[in-house]
Amino acid sequence: MNRLTRFLPLLVLLAFVGAVAWRLSSPADEKIQSKMIGRTVPTFALAPAVPGKPGLSSKELASGAPRMVNVFASWCVPCIAEAPLLAELKAKGVAIDAIAVRDRPADVARFLVERGDPFVRIGADPESRAQLALGSSGVPETFIIDGKGIIRYQHMGPVEPGDVPALIEQWEAAR
Amino acid sequence: MRALLALTILCAAPVLADSSLPPARWANEQLPDPAQEARAKALMEELRCLVCQGQSIADSNAELAGDMRALVRQRIAAGESPEQVRAWLIERYGEWVSYRPPVEPLTWPLWAAPLLLLLGGAWLLRKRLVRRRG
Repeated sequence: MNRLTRFLPLLVLLAFVGAVAWRLSSPADEKIQSKMIGRTVPTFALAPAVPGKPGLSSKELASGAPRMVNVFASWCVPCIAEAPLLAELKAKGVAIDAIAVRDRPADVARFLVERGDPFVRIGADPESRAQLALGSSGVPETFIIDGKGIIRYQHMGPVEPGDVPALIEQWEAAR
Repeated sequence: MRALLALTILCAAPVLADSSLPPARWANEQLPDPAQEARAKALMEELRCLVCQGQSIADSNAELAGDMRALVRQRIAAGESPEQVRAWLIERYGEWVSYRPPVEPLTWPLWAAPLLLLLGGAWLLRKRLVRRRG
């Protein structure tokens, strides 16, 4: 009994060091999923992000057919990586709109020329207001919104080749 | 060489992850009404930055934190109470975004822990004092 109590502090210390080492070696998932999934798209009306392409308002996201909304920026490096995959999704019949976060029209236009333009509408979000209203915490993110304007799915981070089937599946489910 | 290149890219990424737009007007500018500014400031210190995660939006230099400060100031200036603004953000990001945990069954252990630890400490101390007296 006495021997056990003598080693108790050491055991507590070892348990603590073990717990810390475990969390350091496998950090918790830091993605903060939007709580807006399953709820109606918040009201917003964004001006066009580039001349010659319409802006985006929440009304247009309840058009009777599902839509994908890509939250991106010309200054966002992972957005370059996902551009070809968005083109692939478009080719498969997915209707994609976009929100350009903290961006300039000229920069967005150059990005679209260089990386491709799969978007029907692009709204400018210079102070991240629509992004915050959607519960999005970074770029790029991709939302799927059904025909009634209800947010059905959120993909955080760049779309990678392995994510395409899941996105198509979610898009089909939102029909 | 390849490792060096990878390291360079890793170091360069945060620099590239900033937009070319200046901060939103109310990100760093105080509200003209000192009472409103005090309320906004107190709330900013209790809201978690979404991208840096260890800092409050009052402390963070991240652009999104700046936009969140602007949002807080604009909503307070429009007449919302700090708790309404906090609720608006919690609706979107969950309790995670607030540094002030609510008192509810799930968080009772959190609020009770300091008290229990103090009681435990007192109990240990009492045992030791009694032994010394004996």
